Amino acid sequence: MIVSVASGKGGTGKTTIAVNLALSLRNVQILDCDVEEPNVHLLLNPKISKEKTVYTSTPSIQEGLCNLCGKCADFCNYNALFMGSEKVIIFPELCHGCGGCVLVCPQNAIKEEEHVIGKVKFGFARGLELVYGELVIGKPFAVPVIKEVKRHINKDKTVILDSSPGASCPVIETINGSDFCILVTEPTPFGLHDLKIAVQVLKKMAVAFGIVVNRANMGDKKVYEYCEEQDIPILLEVPFERKIAELYSKGIPFCLEMPEWKEKFQMLFNKIKELTGK
Amino acid sequence: MKEFVVLSGKGGTGKTTITAAFAVLAKKAILADCDVDAPDLHMLLHPKIIKTQEFRGSKLAVIDEKKCVKCNVCLERCRFDAINENLTVDPLSCEGCGVCTIVCPASAITLVERVSGYVYISRTKYGSMAHAFLSPGESNSGKLVTLVRQNAKMLAERERNDLIIIDCPPGIGCPVIASVTGADAGLVVTEPTLSGIHDLERALGLLAYFHVMPFVCVNMFDINKENTEKIVIFCKENGIDVVGKIPFNPVVTESMVKEMTIMEYAPKSDVAKEIEKMWIKILSNLKI
Repeated sequence: MIVSVASGKGGTGKTTIAVNLALSLRNVQILDCDVEEPNVHLLLNPKISKEKTVYTSTPSIQEGLCNLCGKCADFCNYNALFMGSEKVIIFPELCHGCGGCVLVCPQNAIKEEEHVIGKVKFGFARGLELVYGELVIGKPFAVPVIKEVKRHINKDKTVILDSSPGASCPVIETINGSDFCILVTEPTPFGLHDLKIAVQVLKKMAVAFGIVVNRANMGDKKVYEYCEEQDIPILLEVPFERKIAELYSKGIPFCLEMPEWKEKFQMLFNKIKELTGK
Repeated sequence: MKEFVVLSGKGGTGKTTITAAFAVLAKKAILADCDVDAPDLHMLLHPKIIKTQEFRGSKLAVIDEKKCVKCNVCLERCRFDAINENLTVDPLSCEGCGVCTIVCPASAITLVERVSGYVYISRTKYGSMAHAFLSPGESNSGKLVTLVRQNAKMLAERERNDLIIIDCPPGIGCPVIASVTGADAGLVVTEPTLSGIHDLERALGLLAYFHVMPFVCVNMFDINKENTEKIVIFCKENGIDVVGKIPFNPVVTESMVKEMTIMEYAPKSDVAKEIEKMWIKILSNLKI
């Protein structure tokens, strides 16, 4: 079973929920797909056993062969190639790495060069297998790093994927292929507004989902009204407690110090099993 | 003209709350909400939309079943795994590159433009605002952010305004890069948690990479004073100004529930006072 944890709004507690759920179950692999700001390892302190570098390809032009025909720049839908008066100028940060320019060049003047865009790290902690990605600062290529992280999914285990916030490419890439998605929200207008966006994404993707309400005793009741109207299951509520916040600030998953929560997370997982029939 | 960005790395540290408070304090700045995936600033500033534009940020491959000879070449050549085994295009994975259109021997594939969001120009009590909405699940948010910033600059020039305040998305990926490149200064809003510190360092790394002057603010600093001290020392060692330490106060959530900025809802609160002090420091540093 593959379960992803996403949110729309940032800072609602995705990582907290993902890690505490992972620690409450057996035979789990957790993958941190928030490669821009990975945090799962901070709560787990894993021993890193292996690292892998992630590359992306961008074009480079052999000027001796280029006859300035302009076909590459015409083809590129991302404006990553620009026809200068004397040579083709490349903007690697706009390149998506589709390889189309190489195919259209009649002179065979374009080659692809590999660039380092991130790392994937492998480790173990507290009986969990952890895989996480780390995007190189300044590189706009989160998606290929997420793809590399997900290549290491171990289907013999319960797999938990921690997503980045938002509702665009990195989130889609993370959730794609999941059996279920947990949306973590908070009962505030921002939480609700961004939850509605995330719900639309999941409906488009046709992935089953349910809600965890974090800091459930703060804010208002509108998230609950919305879930009832839309018939969205609420899987768990976690209250705002100073102790939980303080533990998080020190990098301690709260179910380790408050073991009664492990049972609640197991119940949450049982609900997911019921909802997915797995 | 100065462009001032509020960012965070980690989500939910209080970017939008602080941006909205700055909007009130600045009285007449141009505001830009660059969190186009999950924009929230409008809920505090209640903009009146004056102009709406469609955003055609990307294209989508369409296969003509009648022409398709089921050779699978498109499936093999697509680097985004956007063509399924039954030879249909997955719109969520398709990045609109067009490789399939040139490799198809039957010329059965074309690219069509798709509307993937909307760009708005609005008026608020505190100045004009540029914002947008990316349709859920669409790609190319970086391009949409660039459009929002262009609109903000256009508004600033038209209104002879010399300050743009930008609310950023979380993370350090493409929409954040599009939000900070070329900006004059950036405030990283962090919290005194291990994740907050980790993400702060990466966000500061991003500002350094793009040569944007950094400031730091620790929100909810009293949740863990030891970690706050670590942030202060780290910033001092790196020559970065910590311009504010905002206490935890449920009044922030209350103001959000009332859909008001903290400066309007609780102007005398410790939070509002600290934000005001911070704004004065930032203005003097920006030489405005």
